[in-house]
Amino acid sequence: MTTTPEKTDLVSVTIDGIQVSVPKDTLVIRAAEQVGVQVPRFCDHPLLAPVGACRQCLVDVPDAGNGRGFPKPQASCTLPVAEGMVVNTQATSEVADKAQQGIMEFLLINHPLDCPVCDKGGECPLQNQAMSNGRGESRFHGLKRTYPKPINISAQVLLDRERCVLCARCTRFSEQIAGDPFIALIERGALQQVGIYEREPFDSYFSGNTIQICPVGALTSADYRFRSRPFDLVSTPSVAEHDACGAAIRVDHRRGKVMRRLAGNDPEVNEEWITDKDRFAFHYATEADRLAYPQVRDEDGSLRPASWPEAFAVAARGLQAAGASAVLTGGRVTAEDAYAYSKFARVALGTNDIDFRARPHSAEEAAFLASEVVLRSTVTYADLESASTVLLAGLEPEDEAATIFLRLRKASSPGRPGGGTRVVSIAPYASRGLAKMHGHLVRTAPGAEAAALDAMVEHAEHGIDKRSVILVGERLATVPGALTAAAGLSARTGARLAWVPRRAGDRGAVETGCLPNLLPGGRPVTDPAARVDAATAWGVDRLPEAPGRDADAIVAALASGELRGLVVSGVDPDDTSDPAATRAAIEAASFVVALELRETEVTRAADVVFPVAPVVDKAGMFVTWEGRPRTFEAVFSSPTSLPDLRILAGIAEELDTPLGFRTVAEARAQMEDMGPWDGERAGLDGSPRSSAATRPATGDFALATWKLLVDNGSMQDGDKAYRATGRAPVARLSRAAYDAHGPTVTLTGDRGSVTLPAEVADLDDDVVWVPANSFGNGVLADLASPGSRVTVTKGADQ
Amino acid sequence: MTDTLTPVLTDNWGDDRAWTLAAYAARGGYRALDKAFAMAPDAVIEEVKESGLRGRGGAGFPTGMKWGFIPQDNPKPKYLVVNADESEPGTCKDIPLMMASPHTLVEGVIISSYAIRANKAFIYIRGEVLHVVRRVQRAVAEAYAAGHLGTDIHGSGFDLDVVVHAGAGAYICGEETALLEGLEGRRGQPRLRPPFPAVAGLYASPTVINNVESIASVPSIIEHGHGWFGSMGTEKSKGFGIFSLSGHVQRPGQYEAPLGITLRTLIDLAGGVREGHELKFWTPGGSSTPLLTAEHLDVPLDFEGVGAAGSMLGTRALQIFDDTTCVVRATLRWTEFYKHESCGKCTPCREGTWWLVQTLSALEKGQGSEADLDLLLDQCDNILGRSFCALADGAVSPIQSSIQYFRDEYLAHLSNGGCPFDPAAATLFAPEGATA
Repeated sequence: MTTTPEKTDLVSVTIDGIQVSVPKDTLVIRAAEQVGVQVPRFCDHPLLAPVGACRQCLVDVPDAGNGRGFPKPQASCTLPVAEGMVVNTQATSEVADKAQQGIMEFLLINHPLDCPVCDKGGECPLQNQAMSNGRGESRFHGLKRTYPKPINISAQVLLDRERCVLCARCTRFSEQIAGDPFIALIERGALQQVGIYEREPFDSYFSGNTIQICPVGALTSADYRFRSRPFDLVSTPSVAEHDACGAAIRVDHRRGKVMRRLAGNDPEVNEEWITDKDRFAFHYATEADRLAYPQVRDEDGSLRPASWPEAFAVAARGLQAAGASAVLTGGRVTAEDAYAYSKFARVALGTNDIDFRARPHSAEEAAFLASEVVLRSTVTYADLESASTVLLAGLEPEDEAATIFLRLRKASSPGRPGGGTRVVSIAPYASRGLAKMHGHLVRTAPGAEAAALDAMVEHAEHGIDKRSVILVGERLATVPGALTAAAGLSARTGARLAWVPRRAGDRGAVETGCLPNLLPGGRPVTDPAARVDAATAWGVDRLPEAPGRDADAIVAALASGELRGLVVSGVDPDDTSDPAATRAAIEAASFVVALELRETEVTRAADVVFPVAPVVDKAGMFVTWEGRPRTFEAVFSSPTSLPDLRILAGIAEELDTPLGFRTVAEARAQMEDMGPWDGERAGLDGSPRSSAATRPATGDFALATWKLLVDNGSMQDGDKAYRATGRAPVARLSRAAYDAHGPTVTLTGDRGSVTLPAEVADLDDDVVWVPANSFGNGVLADLASPGSRVTVTKGADQ
Repeated sequence: MTDTLTPVLTDNWGDDRAWTLAAYAARGGYRALDKAFAMAPDAVIEEVKESGLRGRGGAGFPTGMKWGFIPQDNPKPKYLVVNADESEPGTCKDIPLMMASPHTLVEGVIISSYAIRANKAFIYIRGEVLHVVRRVQRAVAEAYAAGHLGTDIHGSGFDLDVVVHAGAGAYICGEETALLEGLEGRRGQPRLRPPFPAVAGLYASPTVINNVESIASVPSIIEHGHGWFGSMGTEKSKGFGIFSLSGHVQRPGQYEAPLGITLRTLIDLAGGVREGHELKFWTPGGSSTPLLTAEHLDVPLDFEGVGAAGSMLGTRALQIFDDTTCVVRATLRWTEFYKHESCGKCTPCREGTWWLVQTLSALEKGQGSEADLDLLLDQCDNILGRSFCALADGAVSPIQSSIQYFRDEYLAHLSNGGCPFDPAAATLFAPEGATA
């Protein structure tokens, strides 16, 4: 596979009398782990540069490998092994043991004895190692250092300074890993403390990781502080549902309630880091508007509670009566649920009118997904580290795929052997994230990405070759020709290509055929053999032959009456290309079945509403942007809602077109039995390049936009402290445009206008950037249609 | 015998306006520069190696060898950094030298930079001594104006720029890697080694860091030759050095003498201990070196001799304490200094000094028991050699050595219910009749 360390340059050392061979440059503290000895430590962290600050890991080194020993105990976290080195840890050396006990005693003299009320108590490295490597009784009877407590270093992260052992893990993480050095050690001596600059809070999407790696209870989150004790929690491993990165997480829960989420340790994916969104945004599943029972539209026009069997029957009857129906799933579904939607559309509704893309999209994109994405997994996280160059197009990793961002930041760090990976971004301006990836900007106005990609092969300086990786974001769908150009660039240069969507379910939906042109397993709808293959697997006579409508076409067909029924799940009209049209289509549909987590305007308009289980209540699988399957188990079993696939199975059974599964396990087994298509895949050649003809040409400024990591998304509801860590919405303009219109600007597009504070960035003079979902109902609802232009005027003083 | 003074660095201190370029030049200043430029840089390094000059900042590392560690095939620029952060309690040699004869230092900087092929040199002066900063700045400006600095110095083709940098007031910045951090604009905290500064020092480039006195000794070595230098001092501690006498002596000040001179000779030269009193204890090289007593009066003050006596030559900061001084009180004051100056990076120093002060102040007040002395020694044992840099090693030196020599005096505090000394008697303005 990809990350097996090479077993070259082994060095042989003797630790506590046991000989062990470890790779050259291994630190003694980790070599000791190989012989089963845990040397106590605080500042040491395998993913951070060694610092040697806490001195807890002192060991005795009677022979440094050259026949001479060190006269004093050495910090094993900063000492690399040498051939023939002899190390005695606390297990065999009284000197090392006494040295460690001495350090532990020093750490404790200024540490409060508040373990009974401290969040860390029970899972605290200081507590644990004080027991294993400290003396039983304190000899200190003096005055401890105290501070007023706690202080907010951000809206979410709190600091109790007297608990801090000054290991600098948090500050080093922020500087080295996240690239957000907004916390630092200040003052000196025993009054040294972690601090922020008074006008610069700890502004980082990754701040929660500092809480997790803090070896004491000095850092806590506003969300979890004083909520629970570690020994009351049950931990379940899971996968983050907020993006397509598949970060491993650990869900800690108590009595049926999630108390907190932590980063899991998966070296191949997220290493030990997750975003604050993955960590803190889980309250959406317990908001007051969570649906708890099925509802059907009563004769008086209101929604009333219904039993599951009644709702299944009403939904089935309604869809049957409506005739032509379509399916819109949104991008949050698990692969099994997506498979169920895909099969339901084809088998129960007899249509290919299904699309998971609840966002601006194009026919070109559907063709690209069928040709270049489905069934392919050519790029992994490890490949990002070994690539010579990673070209980004229509993708802002820090906001849209933050695990990729952290990998690229690591891969591109200047200290890496061989100079590291070069990051090149086709983007409207050099974002803070790009700077943190040491990246190079190819400044490109929105809409010009295709030309920029085409030009890339000519640019020897950018060095796109077969050792390169091209990552394209879902936003490129809105740029005619861009995805085709990316595929072309890959074909011409040999660079590997990967598509990075924003949502956790997107890639799984592609693989399972939630698209008008694809059946599950990458079977092209237009390929008769593929259709026969799928029909055989499903035990049906035939499958619909004509490629279906995409989401925009479904909306149009509902409005025009060509389609009358709709099964809709996890779609927020404000995310779609035309929110007003989507609302009108739902209104116009004669029968709407909504599968939702919480009450929304869609459920209020639906004829039957089914409460679906959030990921915490069901097992499932997400497929990462790499094509890596990430399965997870249910944390809870809640009787109030069901997985989407169980609901669809219930409706299908009422329609006499059973899907052949009722549980996640059955659906997954059927999916695996069906397997991937081994026939010819659809080509991209001759596919329609979407046209820009319909776009309004008025307005002076091209509008660049994407969604920030922390924004108004409904899955981030329920934690005010978390949301307060989001970046305040601003409009970014070139210096010239700012001078002409700033510091407050009003943007006016074909759907409305918005007034925001302005900031200068290195944009073209006729481009303006705003966050896509950080104000009002978002850009698509409140400002402008995709790819359109806007006017910028001086904003009224607020 | 090595019992006479050998004024070299201090020779011109009494001159009229000795700090001016004119006065320095009148004595033949900047002559050694031309001699050095006539030599190959490696020959200059060799000459300094041969002389046996050892670092005058305390550790005594051979200066020429340090210069030889600079990898000349490294494409990065090389830097010379002069450590003028003289902060060790009792040490007062670099500051008087820079006040009296800054050009000696500047000439040394030029020759040393030439030897290691550095085109940029920094003089890092502790920020508290603003008058010294100004004087060195002025000397550097004079040297630029006279063509001793800048481009193509003396027609040699050698370019050198000198930056005088004022520190922000931290003892730790005398530690060379903390000094580099400070010079780069960061908090003064020591760096992890390796890499050593010779390989990756200032701005990750090869860097030599030398004490003021070491660098100031270089012009005389070049001018008079290594044989002349080596003729002074002892076998392994060659040359001369400034011995700073302070405290209870009649004439405190800087006495420049060959290494290996004894304190007995120096005290004689200084007019003896305070009238009517006896020497009780003294520090050979500032408060970070274990203190010695009257029994060590004839220890040769070179690196080996003081080491054999259980202490360190250090910076030759001879603080003299007579019999009016309470050793517990003196030790507590020093310990408070180290607590205040601990940078906070590592646990034993940060927390250990915090605790030591509390234990010592209780003892000084006569609180506690004899067991607390053992506790104190055990704390010292847990600090010494366990910390990130040598600051904490220095912090425990006065405690360990004072208990070694004056355990009874500590116990007297306990039996007396407090300090048995009159603190006023130890002051230099002690009233007549004050007694120990």
